[in-house]
Amino acid sequence: MDFSFLSQPAFSGGGTYLNWVISGVQWTLLVGLSAWVIALSLGSILGVFRTTHIAWLYYPATAYVELFRNIPLLVQMFIWYFVVPEIVPSALGSWMKQGMPMPEFWSAVLALGFFTAARVAEQVRSGIQSIPSGQTYAALAIGLTPPQTYRHVLLPIGFRIILPPLTSEFLNIIKNSSVALTIGVLELTAQARSISEYTFRTFEIFSLATLVYVVITLTVTLLMSQLEQRVRMPGYIGGGK
Amino acid sequence: MFSDLDFDVIQRSLPYLGKGMLFSLGLTLLAMLGGIVLGTLLALMRLSSFRILRLPASGYVNLLRSTPLILVIFWFYFLVPIAVKYFSGNSYAQGIGPFHSALIAFTLFEAAYYCEIIRAGIQSVPAGQSQAAFALGLTYPQAMVKVVLPQAFRNMIPILLTQGIILFQDTSLVYVVGLTDFMGAASKIAQRDGRLVEMYLFAALIYFILCFSTSYCVKRLQSRISPPR
Repeated sequence: MDFSFLSQPAFSGGGTYLNWVISGVQWTLLVGLSAWVIALSLGSILGVFRTTHIAWLYYPATAYVELFRNIPLLVQMFIWYFVVPEIVPSALGSWMKQGMPMPEFWSAVLALGFFTAARVAEQVRSGIQSIPSGQTYAALAIGLTPPQTYRHVLLPIGFRIILPPLTSEFLNIIKNSSVALTIGVLELTAQARSISEYTFRTFEIFSLATLVYVVITLTVTLLMSQLEQRVRMPGYIGGGK
Repeated sequence: MFSDLDFDVIQRSLPYLGKGMLFSLGLTLLAMLGGIVLGTLLALMRLSSFRILRLPASGYVNLLRSTPLILVIFWFYFLVPIAVKYFSGNSYAQGIGPFHSALIAFTLFEAAYYCEIIRAGIQSVPAGQSQAAFALGLTYPQAMVKVVLPQAFRNMIPILLTQGIILFQDTSLVYVVGLTDFMGAASKIAQRDGRLVEMYLFAALIYFILCFSTSYCVKRLQSRISPPR
Protein backbone atom coordinates (compact mmCIF):
# COMPACT_ATOMS: atom_id res chain seq x y z
CA MET A 1 0.00 0.00 0.00
CA ASP A 2 1.58 3.23 -1.15
CA PHE A 3 -0.63 6.27 -1.18
CA SER A 4 2.06 8.77 -2.19
CA PHE A 5 0.57 8.94 -5.70
CA LEU A 6 -2.32 10.92 -4.24
CA SER A 7 -0.14 14.01 -3.86
CA GLN A 8 1.20 13.80 -7.40
CA PRO A 9 -0.19 16.25 -9.95
CA ALA A 10 -2.79 14.43 -12.04
CA PHE A 11 -1.88 13.33 -15.54
CA SER A 12 -4.55 15.35 -17.27
CA GLY A 13 -4.60 18.40 -15.01
CA GLY A 14 -7.10 19.33 -12.35
CA GLY A 15 -4.70 19.41 -9.39
CA THR A 16 -3.43 16.32 -7.62
CA TYR A 17 -5.13 12.94 -7.59
CA LEU A 18 -6.26 13.75 -4.06
CA ASN A 19 -8.15 16.72 -5.54
CA TRP A 20 -9.86 14.26 -7.88
CA VAL A 21 -10.94 12.10 -4.95
CA ILE A 22 -12.27 15.12 -3.04
CA SER A 23 -14.14 16.37 -6.09
CA GLY A 24 -15.59 12.86 -6.53
CA VAL A 25 -16.83 12.81 -2.94
CA GLN A 26 -18.41 16.24 -3.44
CA TRP A 27 -20.26 15.09 -6.56
CA THR A 28 -21.41 11.89 -4.83
CA LEU A 29 -22.85 13.90 -1.94
CA LEU A 30 -24.29 16.59 -4.20
CA VAL A 31 -26.06 14.11 -6.50
CA GLY A 32 -27.25 12.05 -3.53
CA LEU A 33 -28.57 14.98 -1.49
CA SER A 34 -30.26 16.71 -4.44
CA ALA A 35 -31.95 13.47 -5.47
CA TRP A 36 -32.99 12.88 -1.85
CA VAL A 37 -34.89 16.20 -1.86
CA ILE A 38 -37.00 14.89 -4.77
CA ALA A 39 -37.28 11.37 -3.37
CA LEU A 40 -38.39 12.41 0.10
CA SER A 41 -40.90 15.07 -0.93
CA LEU A 42 -42.44 13.20 -3.87
CA GLY A 43 -42.25 9.87 -2.04
CA SER A 44 -44.08 11.25 1.00
CA ILE A 45 -46.88 12.66 -1.15
CA LEU A 46 -47.24 9.41 -3.12
CA GLY A 47 -47.09 7.34 0.05
CA VAL A 48 -49.94 9.38 1.56
CA PHE A 49 -51.94 8.99 -1.67
CA ARG A 50 -51.44 5.22 -1.44
CA THR A 51 -53.10 5.19 2.00
CA THR A 52 -56.19 7.15 0.94
CA HIS A 53 -59.36 5.56 -0.38
CA ILE A 54 -59.76 8.24 -3.04
CA ALA A 55 -59.47 6.44 -6.37
CA TRP A 56 -57.97 9.32 -8.40
CA LEU A 57 -55.19 9.68 -5.83
CA TYR A 58 -54.65 6.01 -5.05
CA TYR A 59 -54.41 4.56 -8.57
CA PRO A 60 -52.00 7.09 -10.13
CA ALA A 61 -49.72 6.80 -7.08
CA THR A 62 -49.83 2.99 -7.29
CA ALA A 63 -49.09 3.09 -11.01
CA TYR A 64 -46.13 5.41 -10.34
CA VAL A 65 -44.69 3.13 -7.68
CA GLU A 66 -45.04 0.01 -9.85
CA LEU A 67 -43.58 1.71 -12.90
CA PHE A 68 -40.53 3.21 -11.21
CA ARG A 69 -39.83 0.17 -9.04
CA ASN A 70 -39.81 -2.35 -11.86
CA ILE A 71 -37.34 -0.69 -14.22
CA PRO A 72 -33.62 -0.88 -13.38
CA LEU A 73 -32.00 2.38 -12.30
CA LEU A 74 -29.48 2.18 -15.14
CA VAL A 75 -32.27 2.06 -17.71
CA GLN A 76 -34.04 4.98 -16.03
CA MET A 77 -30.78 6.93 -16.00
CA PHE A 78 -30.35 6.39 -19.76
CA ILE A 79 -33.96 7.32 -20.41
CA TRP A 80 -33.61 10.65 -18.58
CA TYR A 81 -30.32 11.41 -20.29
CA PHE A 82 -30.78 10.07 -23.83
CA VAL A 83 -34.50 9.63 -24.39
CA VAL A 84 -36.30 12.49 -22.60
CA PRO A 85 -34.61 15.30 -24.62
CA GLU A 86 -35.75 13.53 -27.81
CA ILE A 87 -39.41 13.06 -26.95
CA VAL A 88 -40.24 16.36 -25.24
CA PRO A 89 -41.35 19.27 -27.49
CA SER A 90 -38.44 20.13 -29.74
CA ALA A 91 -37.72 23.61 -28.33
CA LEU A 92 -37.35 22.20 -24.84
CA GLY A 93 -35.45 19.22 -26.22
CA SER A 94 -32.82 21.30 -27.96
CA TRP A 95 -32.44 23.49 -24.87
CA MET A 96 -31.86 20.32 -22.80
CA LYS A 97 -29.23 19.17 -25.28
CA GLN A 98 -27.42 22.48 -25.80
CA GLY A 99 -28.44 25.22 -23.40
CA MET A 100 -28.96 23.39 -20.12
CA PRO A 101 -25.95 23.58 -17.76
CA MET A 102 -24.62 20.26 -16.45
CA PRO A 103 -27.04 17.94 -18.30
CA GLU A 104 -25.41 14.81 -16.81
CA PHE A 105 -25.86 16.09 -13.28
CA TRP A 106 -29.53 17.02 -13.69
CA SER A 107 -30.38 13.79 -15.51
CA ALA A 108 -28.73 11.82 -12.72
CA VAL A 109 -30.55 13.77 -10.01
CA LEU A 110 -33.93 13.36 -11.71
CA ALA A 111 -33.39 9.66 -12.42
CA LEU A 112 -32.19 8.89 -8.92
CA GLY A 113 -34.84 11.10 -7.27
CA PHE A 114 -37.82 9.69 -9.16
CA PHE A 115 -36.49 6.12 -8.79
CA THR A 116 -36.04 6.42 -5.02
CA ALA A 117 -39.35 8.27 -4.59
CA ALA A 118 -41.14 5.01 -5.41
CA ARG A 119 -39.25 3.25 -2.62
CA VAL A 120 -39.79 6.07 -0.13
CA ALA A 121 -43.50 6.02 -1.00
CA GLU A 122 -43.72 2.35 -0.04
CA GLN A 123 -41.98 3.05 3.27
CA VAL A 124 -44.27 5.98 4.06
CA ARG A 125 -47.31 3.89 3.17
CA SER A 126 -46.26 0.99 5.38
CA GLY A 127 -45.42 3.42 8.21
CA ILE A 128 -48.86 5.03 8.08
CA GLN A 129 -50.62 1.68 7.73
CA SER A 130 -48.83 0.31 10.79
CA ILE A 131 -50.50 2.96 12.97
CA PRO A 132 -53.54 1.47 14.72
CA SER A 133 -56.71 2.71 13.01
CA GLY A 134 -58.01 3.88 16.40
CA GLN A 135 -55.69 6.87 16.02
CA THR A 136 -57.44 7.92 12.81
CA TYR A 137 -60.89 7.39 14.28
CA ALA A 138 -59.97 9.38 17.38
CA ALA A 139 -58.57 12.21 15.26
CA LEU A 140 -61.70 12.34 13.11
CA ALA A 141 -63.92 12.07 16.19
CA ILE A 142 -62.41 15.16 17.79
CA GLY A 143 -63.24 17.06 14.64
CA LEU A 144 -60.02 17.07 12.61
CA THR A 145 -60.46 17.03 8.86
CA PRO A 146 -58.69 14.20 6.96
CA PRO A 147 -55.79 16.50 5.90
CA GLN A 148 -55.43 17.66 9.51
CA THR A 149 -55.45 14.02 10.63
CA TYR A 150 -52.48 13.34 8.37
CA ARG A 151 -50.72 16.55 9.34
CA HIS A 152 -51.09 16.31 13.12
CA VAL A 153 -51.51 12.58 13.84
CA LEU A 154 -50.56 10.10 11.11
CA LEU A 155 -47.49 11.70 9.56
CA PRO A 156 -45.71 12.63 12.82
CA ILE A 157 -46.11 9.05 14.09
CA GLY A 158 -45.55 7.41 10.69
CA PHE A 159 -42.28 9.20 9.98
CA ARG A 160 -40.93 8.29 13.41
CA ILE A 161 -41.76 4.63 12.76
CA ILE A 162 -40.02 4.57 9.37
CA LEU A 163 -36.87 6.47 10.33
CA PRO A 164 -34.67 3.31 10.18
CA PRO A 165 -35.84 2.22 6.70
CA LEU A 166 -35.63 5.82 5.50
CA THR A 167 -32.04 5.89 6.70
CA SER A 168 -31.22 2.89 4.56
CA GLU A 169 -33.03 4.44 1.59
CA PHE A 170 -30.86 7.53 2.04
CA LEU A 171 -27.74 5.36 2.12
CA ASN A 172 -29.03 3.58 -0.99
CA ILE A 173 -29.32 6.89 -2.80
CA ILE A 174 -25.69 7.73 -1.91
CA LYS A 175 -24.54 4.33 -3.15
CA ASN A 176 -26.78 4.43 -6.23
CA SER A 177 -25.34 7.79 -7.20
CA SER A 178 -22.42 5.72 -8.53
CA VAL A 179 -24.72 4.64 -11.39
CA ALA A 180 -24.47 8.26 -12.57
CA LEU A 181 -20.97 7.47 -13.82
CA THR A 182 -22.61 5.72 -16.78
CA ILE A 183 -23.81 9.09 -18.10
CA GLY A 184 -20.59 10.89 -17.26
CA VAL A 185 -20.97 12.31 -13.75
CA LEU A 186 -17.49 12.20 -12.22
CA GLU A 187 -18.51 11.05 -8.75
CA LEU A 188 -16.36 9.03 -6.37
CA THR A 189 -16.50 5.64 -8.11
CA ALA A 190 -15.84 7.23 -11.51
CA GLN A 191 -12.87 9.15 -10.13
CA ALA A 192 -11.51 6.00 -8.49
CA ARG A 193 -11.73 4.17 -11.79
CA SER A 194 -10.01 6.89 -13.79
CA ILE A 195 -7.28 7.33 -11.15
CA SER A 196 -6.65 3.57 -11.30
CA GLU A 197 -6.37 3.81 -15.08
CA TYR A 198 -3.86 6.67 -14.89
CA THR A 199 -1.73 5.43 -11.99
CA PHE A 200 -2.27 1.62 -11.91
CA ARG A 201 -2.62 2.05 -8.13
CA THR A 202 -5.90 0.13 -8.39
CA PHE A 203 -5.75 -1.58 -5.04
CA GLU A 204 -4.98 1.61 -3.11
CA ILE A 205 -7.51 3.85 -4.83
CA PHE A 206 -10.34 1.30 -4.70
CA SER A 207 -9.59 0.75 -1.01
CA LEU A 208 -9.71 4.49 -0.42
CA ALA A 209 -13.03 4.82 -2.26
CA THR A 210 -14.51 1.89 -0.33
CA LEU A 211 -13.30 3.46 2.91
CA VAL A 212 -14.97 6.76 2.04
CA TYR A 213 -18.28 4.99 1.38
CA VAL A 214 -17.97 3.13 4.69
CA VAL A 215 -17.26 6.38 6.53
CA ILE A 216 -20.29 8.05 4.91
CA THR A 217 -22.45 5.06 5.90
CA LEU A 218 -21.21 5.06 9.49
CA THR A 219 -21.64 8.83 9.85
CA VAL A 220 -25.18 8.80 8.48
CA THR A 221 -26.12 5.79 10.61
CA LEU A 222 -24.77 7.47 13.72
CA LEU A 223 -26.51 10.79 13.04
CA MET A 224 -29.81 9.08 12.26
CA SER A 225 -29.74 6.96 15.40
CA GLN A 226 -29.21 10.15 17.41
CA LEU A 227 -32.16 11.69 15.58
CA GLU A 228 -34.22 8.61 16.42
CA GLN A 229 -33.34 9.03 20.09
CA ARG A 230 -34.31 12.70 20.03
CA VAL A 231 -37.68 12.32 18.34
CA ARG A 232 -38.78 9.07 19.93
CA MET A 233 -42.19 8.89 21.52
CA PRO A 234 -43.24 6.70 24.44
CA GLY A 235 -45.31 3.71 23.43
CA TYR A 236 -43.96 3.34 19.88
CA ILE A 237 -41.17 1.26 18.33
CA GLY A 238 -37.90 2.36 19.89
CA GLY A 239 -39.83 4.76 22.07
CA GLY A 240 -38.66 3.41 25.40
CA LYS A 241 -41.06 3.40 28.31
CA MET B 1 -42.55 13.53 -31.92
CA PHE B 2 -42.48 9.78 -32.54
CA SER B 3 -42.73 10.15 -36.31
CA ASP B 4 -39.06 9.64 -37.16
CA LEU B 5 -38.61 6.66 -34.87
CA ASP B 6 -37.74 3.29 -36.31
CA PHE B 7 -39.02 0.48 -34.16
CA ASP B 8 -37.98 -1.98 -36.85
CA VAL B 9 -34.50 -1.91 -35.29
CA ILE B 10 -35.86 -4.00 -32.42
CA GLN B 11 -37.12 -6.74 -34.70
CA ARG B 12 -33.84 -6.82 -36.59
CA SER B 13 -31.83 -7.26 -33.40
CA LEU B 14 -34.09 -9.67 -31.52
CA PRO B 15 -31.70 -12.68 -31.64
CA TYR B 16 -28.87 -10.56 -30.20
CA LEU B 17 -31.14 -9.13 -27.50
CA GLY B 18 -32.37 -12.63 -26.72
CA LYS B 19 -28.83 -13.80 -26.13
CA GLY B 20 -28.31 -10.85 -23.83
CA MET B 21 -31.47 -11.73 -21.92
CA LEU B 22 -30.24 -15.31 -21.45
CA PHE B 23 -27.02 -13.88 -20.00
CA SER B 24 -29.01 -11.70 -17.58
CA LEU B 25 -31.33 -14.52 -16.52
CA GLY B 26 -28.49 -17.03 -16.14
CA LEU B 27 -26.46 -14.57 -14.09
CA THR B 28 -29.50 -13.78 -11.92
CA LEU B 29 -30.43 -17.41 -11.21
CA LEU B 30 -26.88 -18.61 -10.50
CA ALA B 31 -26.01 -15.57 -8.37
CA MET B 32 -29.28 -16.00 -6.46
CA LEU B 33 -28.54 -19.64 -5.78
CA GLY B 34 -24.96 -18.94 -4.74
CA GLY B 35 -26.02 -15.88 -2.76
CA ILE B 36 -28.63 -17.83 -0.79
CA VAL B 37 -26.21 -20.67 0.04
CA LEU B 38 -23.44 -18.29 1.07
CA GLY B 39 -25.93 -15.98 2.76
CA THR B 40 -27.25 -18.85 4.88
CA LEU B 41 -23.72 -19.67 6.03
CA LEU B 42 -23.06 -16.01 6.81
CA ALA B 43 -26.35 -15.74 8.69
CA LEU B 44 -25.51 -18.79 10.81
CA MET B 45 -22.09 -17.26 11.49
CA ARG B 46 -23.65 -13.92 12.48
CA LEU B 47 -26.01 -15.72 14.87
CA SER B 48 -23.25 -17.91 16.30
CA SER B 49 -22.29 -17.59 19.92
CA PHE B 50 -18.60 -17.75 18.95
CA ARG B 51 -17.12 -14.33 18.48
CA ILE B 52 -14.53 -15.70 16.03
CA LEU B 53 -17.36 -16.61 13.64
CA ARG B 54 -19.63 -13.68 14.40
CA LEU B 55 -17.22 -10.79 13.92
CA PRO B 56 -15.80 -11.67 10.46
CA ALA B 57 -19.31 -12.33 9.15
CA SER B 58 -20.66 -9.00 10.47
CA GLY B 59 -17.62 -7.19 9.12
CA TYR B 60 -18.07 -8.74 5.67
CA VAL B 61 -21.79 -8.03 5.53
CA ASN B 62 -21.50 -4.44 6.74
CA LEU B 63 -18.58 -3.71 4.42
CA LEU B 64 -20.35 -4.97 1.32
CA ARG B 65 -23.64 -3.38 2.28
CA SER B 66 -22.03 0.04 2.50
CA THR B 67 -20.23 -0.24 -0.87
CA PRO B 68 -21.97 0.56 -4.18
CA LEU B 69 -22.47 -2.45 -6.46
CA ILE B 70 -20.59 -0.74 -9.31
CA LEU B 71 -17.52 -0.32 -7.12
CA VAL B 72 -17.80 -4.00 -6.12
CA ILE B 73 -17.96 -4.99 -9.79
CA PHE B 74 -14.82 -2.91 -10.47
CA TRP B 75 -13.14 -4.52 -7.46
CA PHE B 76 -13.79 -8.01 -8.79
CA TYR B 77 -12.68 -7.17 -12.29
CA PHE B 78 -9.43 -6.12 -10.73
CA LEU B 79 -9.09 -8.89 -8.14
CA VAL B 80 -10.35 -11.99 -9.96
CA PRO B 81 -7.54 -12.13 -12.55
CA ILE B 82 -4.97 -11.62 -9.77
CA ALA B 83 -6.57 -14.41 -7.74
CA VAL B 84 -6.62 -16.73 -10.78
CA LYS B 85 -2.93 -16.09 -11.39
CA TYR B 86 -2.14 -16.59 -7.73
CA PHE B 87 -4.03 -19.84 -7.29
CA SER B 88 -3.04 -21.36 -10.62
CA GLY B 89 0.60 -20.40 -10.07
CA ASN B 90 0.73 -19.36 -13.70
CA SER B 91 1.42 -15.68 -14.26
CA TYR B 92 0.20 -15.98 -17.86
CA ALA B 93 -3.08 -17.60 -16.83
CA GLN B 94 -6.06 -16.36 -18.75
CA GLY B 95 -8.92 -14.95 -16.70
CA ILE B 96 -11.98 -17.06 -16.08
CA GLY B 97 -14.08 -15.14 -18.55
CA PRO B 98 -16.41 -12.20 -18.06
CA PHE B 99 -19.46 -14.29 -17.16
CA HIS B 100 -17.73 -16.05 -14.30
CA SER B 101 -16.12 -12.87 -12.98
CA ALA B 102 -19.54 -11.22 -12.94
CA LEU B 103 -21.03 -14.30 -11.33
CA ILE B 104 -18.47 -14.25 -8.52
CA ALA B 105 -18.98 -10.51 -7.95
CA PHE B 106 -22.76 -10.78 -7.81
CA THR B 107 -22.74 -13.93 -5.67
CA LEU B 108 -20.45 -12.42 -3.06
CA PHE B 109 -22.30 -9.09 -3.15
CA GLU B 110 -25.78 -10.55 -2.91
CA ALA B 111 -24.70 -12.96 -0.16
CA ALA B 112 -24.42 -9.95 2.16
CA TYR B 113 -28.02 -8.92 1.42
CA TYR B 114 -29.34 -12.48 1.57
CA CYS B 115 -27.53 -12.94 4.87
CA GLU B 116 -29.57 -10.15 6.48
CA ILE B 117 -32.85 -11.54 5.09
CA ILE B 118 -32.05 -15.06 6.25
CA ARG B 119 -30.85 -13.89 9.65
CA ALA B 120 -34.18 -12.12 10.19
CA GLY B 121 -35.94 -15.28 8.98
CA ILE B 122 -34.07 -17.51 11.41
CA GLN B 123 -34.77 -15.08 14.25
CA SER B 124 -38.46 -15.12 13.39
CA VAL B 125 -38.61 -18.84 14.24
CA PRO B 126 -39.66 -19.02 17.92
CA ALA B 127 -36.79 -19.97 20.23
CA GLY B 128 -38.91 -22.83 21.59
CA GLN B 129 -38.42 -24.66 18.30
CA SER B 130 -34.65 -24.92 18.58
CA GLN B 131 -34.86 -25.55 22.33
CA ALA B 132 -37.27 -28.42 21.68
CA ALA B 133 -34.96 -29.79 18.98
CA PHE B 134 -32.00 -29.72 21.36
CA ALA B 135 -34.13 -31.30 24.10
CA LEU B 136 -34.89 -34.17 21.72
CA GLY B 137 -31.16 -34.75 21.45
CA LEU B 138 -30.60 -33.27 18.01
CA THR B 139 -27.16 -31.82 17.41
CA TYR B 140 -26.78 -28.20 16.29
CA PRO B 141 -26.51 -29.06 12.56
CA GLN B 142 -29.48 -31.42 12.80
CA ALA B 143 -31.57 -28.87 14.67
CA MET B 144 -30.75 -26.20 12.07
CA VAL B 145 -31.24 -28.34 8.97
CA LYS B 146 -34.27 -30.29 10.11
CA VAL B 147 -36.14 -27.86 12.34
CA VAL B 148 -35.16 -24.20 12.18
CA LEU B 149 -34.11 -23.58 8.56
CA PRO B 150 -37.14 -25.25 6.91
CA GLN B 151 -39.49 -23.04 8.92
CA ALA B 152 -37.32 -19.97 8.37
CA PHE B 153 -37.15 -20.50 4.60
CA ARG B 154 -40.88 -21.02 4.37
CA ASN B 155 -41.40 -17.58 5.92
CA MET B 156 -38.72 -16.04 3.76
CA ILE B 157 -39.57 -17.33 0.27
CA PRO B 158 -41.39 -14.15 -0.83
CA ILE B 159 -38.62 -11.84 0.42
CA LEU B 160 -35.93 -14.03 -1.14
CA LEU B 161 -37.74 -13.90 -4.47
CA THR B 162 -38.24 -10.13 -4.19
CA GLN B 163 -34.52 -9.77 -3.59
CA GLY B 164 -34.06 -11.94 -6.71
CA ILE B 165 -36.07 -9.40 -8.72
CA ILE B 166 -33.85 -6.61 -7.37
CA LEU B 167 -30.82 -8.72 -8.31
CA PHE B 168 -32.20 -9.14 -11.84
CA GLN B 169 -32.49 -5.36 -12.15
CA ASP B 170 -28.98 -4.95 -10.73
CA THR B 171 -27.45 -7.32 -13.30
CA SER B 172 -27.95 -4.49 -15.81
CA LEU B 173 -24.96 -2.83 -14.12
CA VAL B 174 -22.53 -5.28 -15.78
CA TYR B 175 -22.88 -2.71 -18.56
CA VAL B 176 -20.11 -0.74 -16.78
CA VAL B 177 -17.52 -3.41 -17.63
CA GLY B 178 -18.81 -3.84 -21.17
CA LEU B 179 -20.56 -7.20 -20.84
CA THR B 180 -23.42 -8.07 -23.16
CA ASP B 181 -26.33 -8.74 -20.86
CA PHE B 182 -29.77 -7.60 -22.02
CA MET B 183 -29.03 -3.93 -21.28
CA GLY B 184 -25.54 -4.26 -22.73
CA ALA B 185 -26.96 -5.73 -25.94
CA ALA B 186 -29.63 -3.02 -26.12
CA SER B 187 -27.12 -0.23 -25.65
CA LYS B 188 -24.64 -1.69 -28.14
CA ILE B 189 -27.33 -1.83 -30.83
CA ALA B 190 -28.63 1.58 -29.78
CA GLN B 191 -25.21 3.10 -30.34
CA ARG B 192 -24.41 1.12 -33.50
CA ASP B 193 -27.64 2.09 -35.25
CA GLY B 194 -28.10 5.50 -33.60
CA ARG B 195 -31.45 4.36 -32.23
CA LEU B 196 -31.12 5.28 -28.55
CA VAL B 197 -34.75 6.26 -27.99
CA GLU B 198 -36.25 3.08 -29.43
CA MET B 199 -33.84 0.68 -27.77
CA TYR B 200 -33.90 2.21 -24.30
CA LEU B 201 -37.68 2.46 -24.27
CA PHE B 202 -37.89 -1.15 -25.44
CA ALA B 203 -35.42 -2.26 -22.72
CA ALA B 204 -37.46 -0.40 -20.10
CA LEU B 205 -40.65 -2.07 -21.35
CA ILE B 206 -39.15 -5.57 -21.23
CA TYR B 207 -37.68 -5.07 -17.77
CA PHE B 208 -41.00 -3.66 -16.57
CA ILE B 209 -43.04 -6.58 -17.93
CA LEU B 210 -40.70 -9.18 -16.46
CA CYS B 211 -40.29 -7.57 -13.04
CA PHE B 212 -43.91 -6.51 -12.68
CA SER B 213 -45.32 -9.94 -13.56
CA THR B 214 -42.81 -11.72 -11.35
CA SER B 215 -43.52 -9.49 -8.37
CA TYR B 216 -47.25 -9.97 -8.94
CA CYS B 217 -46.72 -13.74 -8.78
CA VAL B 218 -44.62 -13.33 -5.62
CA LYS B 219 -47.46 -11.36 -4.04
CA ARG B 220 -49.95 -14.13 -4.91
CA LEU B 221 -47.55 -16.75 -3.56
CA GLN B 222 -47.07 -14.76 -0.37
CA SER B 223 -50.79 -14.68 0.40
CA ARG B 224 -51.07 -18.41 -0.33
CA ILE B 225 -48.17 -19.72 1.71
CA SER B 226 -48.15 -17.32 4.63
CA PRO B 227 -48.25 -19.71 7.56
CA PRO B 228 -51.19 -19.77 9.95
CA ARG B 229 -50.41 -17.67 13.00
